[in-house]
Amino acid sequence: MIRLDGLMRSARDAARRAAYVAALLAALAVTAPAPAPAREATPATADPVLEAEVMRISSELRCLVCQNETIAASHADLAVDLRNQVRDMLKQGRNEAEIRQYMTDRYGDFVLYRPPLKSTTVVLWYGPAALLLGGAALLIFILRRRSRMSAEAFEPDAEGDKNALS
Amino acid sequence: MKSRRVYALVPMALFAAVVAFLAVGLGLNPRDVPSPLIGKPAPAFALPRLDDATQTVSREDLLGKVWMLNVWASWCAPCREEHPLVIDIARRQLVPVYGLNYKDTAPAAKSWLASLGNPYRATLVDADGRAGIDFGVYGVPETFIIDRQGIVRLKHTGPLTPSVVRERIEPLLKALNDPA
Repeated sequence: MIRLDGLMRSARDAARRAAYVAALLAALAVTAPAPAPAREATPATADPVLEAEVMRISSELRCLVCQNETIAASHADLAVDLRNQVRDMLKQGRNEAEIRQYMTDRYGDFVLYRPPLKSTTVVLWYGPAALLLGGAALLIFILRRRSRMSAEAFEPDAEGDKNALS
Repeated sequence: MKSRRVYALVPMALFAAVVAFLAVGLGLNPRDVPSPLIGKPAPAFALPRLDDATQTVSREDLLGKVWMLNVWASWCAPCREEHPLVIDIARRQLVPVYGLNYKDTAPAAKSWLASLGNPYRATLVDADGRAGIDFGVYGVPETFIIDRQGIVRLKHTGPLTPSVVRERIEPLLKALNDPA
């Protein structure tokens, strides 16, 4: 009984602590200023619209030096160069499709975070969905078959059990 | 129950399939990105020579012969590592080797060649890395083989190794230099 009391007290304490933390977090959320969006240090150009466009396009491009980063986020030298390239091309009036083509001509589909759908990328695009649907179909098939089995089928098999662990 | 025994093999078969995928996948080098340039004309360039900046070398100057382009920089440690192999290729006269000095400074590049040896017919200067981007360079050192028609036939990313030279470069050069 004493032990149960202690347990209940600690549970109450935990609940009180949780409520306190939640209240604190709520207060912080109200008072804290909205966090400034993390921004890349970009060369000071006079044109924020252009910079935003550079960032938007380069965030769709994979940095080949650090392969899990975008060209927009990476600090690798090559990423800086490629951002500059995107900026120059935009200044020359080239559109996004032309810039993406420029990059794929040099680095292949690998630079695109959303590669085009073609025969070599079908598995990449539809493989996960196919696996999911296949698994679901298999599960449904097994469950339906089991639901049709008689109850005896689930009785422990005495002979099988005896052999199971020996 | 024979069918039950067959079903028992299914998880094992699935496991074997997963192992096979992992074995292949983990064996691949993620840095080896297939170059879209293979089989395509080498990008156009006209770059100043390191030893004489008033002279330029262009893609057209090198048409008509098989040549090798070795991208390097004095700040690149693996370049130093592969350099004896480049010297060896030049010494055995397997193929004329041209250097592309990528995002480097002339004094540093010159002293690098002076101390390690200069295997290059000419070193082309790509100070801002534009020619490197055109060649799809993303990790120096890189090596390209370009045929008589100016078509890129091979790209190797990362330092050359004796086995790459023996198993990929030498057979390709033999095929390109005396077509059957």
